[in-house]
Amino acid sequence: MKVLRLGLLRGRLEIKQFLRQRESVVFTIFFPVMLLFIFGSVFKNTIAPGVTFSQYFVAGMIATGLVNSGFQQLAITIPMERDFGTLKRLHGTPMSPASYFIGKAILVTVSTVVQIALLMGFGAAMFGLDMPTSAAKWLRFAWLIVVGSACTTALGIAFSTVPKSGRGASAVVSPIVIILQFFSGVFFVFTQLPKWMQDFAAIFPLKWLTQGMRSVFLPDSFIQQEVAKSWEVGRTAIVLVVWTIIGIAVSVKKFKWSNS
Amino acid sequence: MSASAISIKGLTKKYDGKFAVAGIDLEVSYGEIFAILGPNGAGKTTTVEILEGYRFRDSGEVIVLGDDPQALGDKTYTWRERIGIVLQSSADAGDLSVRETVHHFAKYYPNPKDPESVISLTGLAEKADDKIRNLSGGQRRRLDVALGIIGSPELLFLDEPTTGFDPEARRAFWELIKTLRDEGTTILLTTHYLDEAEALADRVAVIADGKIVEISPPETLGGRHLAQARISWVEGGKQHERFTSTPTSDVATIASRMGGEVPELQVIRPSLEDIYLQMIGQSK
Repeated sequence: MKVLRLGLLRGRLEIKQFLRQRESVVFTIFFPVMLLFIFGSVFKNTIAPGVTFSQYFVAGMIATGLVNSGFQQLAITIPMERDFGTLKRLHGTPMSPASYFIGKAILVTVSTVVQIALLMGFGAAMFGLDMPTSAAKWLRFAWLIVVGSACTTALGIAFSTVPKSGRGASAVVSPIVIILQFFSGVFFVFTQLPKWMQDFAAIFPLKWLTQGMRSVFLPDSFIQQEVAKSWEVGRTAIVLVVWTIIGIAVSVKKFKWSNS
Repeated sequence: MSASAISIKGLTKKYDGKFAVAGIDLEVSYGEIFAILGPNGAGKTTTVEILEGYRFRDSGEVIVLGDDPQALGDKTYTWRERIGIVLQSSADAGDLSVRETVHHFAKYYPNPKDPESVISLTGLAEKADDKIRNLSGGQRRRLDVALGIIGSPELLFLDEPTTGFDPEARRAFWELIKTLRDEGTTILLTTHYLDEAEALADRVAVIADGKIVEISPPETLGGRHLAQARISWVEGGKQHERFTSTPTSDVATIASRMGGEVPELQVIRPSLEDIYLQMIGQSK
């Protein structure tokens, strides 16, 4: 099928371009690892029996990885491609938009997997991150990655319609991601945040992704430290799926191939 | 299939309440090179982008290769396989090489040209492995053209293709366009260079303020072939001037009358540029 075949070709091309853009490789892949190194080294205190802040932080950073590779990357690079006229040119060819989006999804998947593998490797080697302890947890980890990627990809494409120009895109997108990281229990333990911050974060996917990743990487005894005294796995799935649908709907309605 | 590659009737398009295109009619035959000539802001690009399916018109009828570009439905992709587009400006991020890009775009089309021969045809052979970001402006433009023709289009749109070219590159580009014409490609070209329209086009539409001023072959544009030549010379210490449609015999008569060299003799025909400036000036 032509749409899929061209989508795979686009994916290969996207990865090739990605690897040649040093800024994007550093920003998307190595920056989170550096953050992990810094925070993990500074905050070594134990926050619950058998759980250090470093472990808690790694789980949050893995969740952030999904947001970086999907939402942040796409919401910044697509406006740039629009500015450059790349999108307009593609729109004039017989390549279907579906192939373009398949290519983006492939790029997101590959960079997400690489980033998560790096974070897990560093987390395990330096900060005592335990690998998931059961098949059920691995399975949950897998669907969190799949659904989480789909969600942040859809939202990244949807949000790519917001920045007015490619140059301004990262100034609009990065603060959103950083604020959500503070509010969602990445840099701080979620239960120590003010209630209004917790409530605000609970609207958005990142809070649910971090909680989901904690359910994968932290011992089940940590449930007592969660706000809901539960991992809320079902609710996490629902929130992510709803945001995915919103992202797709907005993308379909609002996506633009050129600025004028 | 309709008789014309492009058929436009009563086309209008407004931006912010002002007409960018104010009622255009034209037909482009298969195999023709048709130039739309006009100053910046005349409505050239808007017209072409409506034909390419990028913009929607306000009113009028448009048929391109037998279909309405804004009502293609599931024919969209088969229609796009048959056209090639060279946009006015593009500046890809440029992390791919020329060769990678041309080969990649070839895969979008069912009957692409050979990417390597397109690269050499557009004069990019020496730059084939360079990243796009390292190309000069003219080289990038040639890459735009390469990507426009890679799919063996029946109809090629060129929006100001040689802006920023040096004279040598323009000549080379014109040769390329003539090669495509010889292969039977229909070409719609917009330009603000008169010599380009004159060198390439079978017919020219002069457009100003969203309206067509005239459509004709370049050699008869603005009644140029009928325009009289001006002869001026000095005879008996006085400046003489005469307008004539038979300048050669007039000069011969004057020369024999004066018995040899005619002092300060000049024969001036209006250049295409004079006529063009007059035409777009009149429409204002």
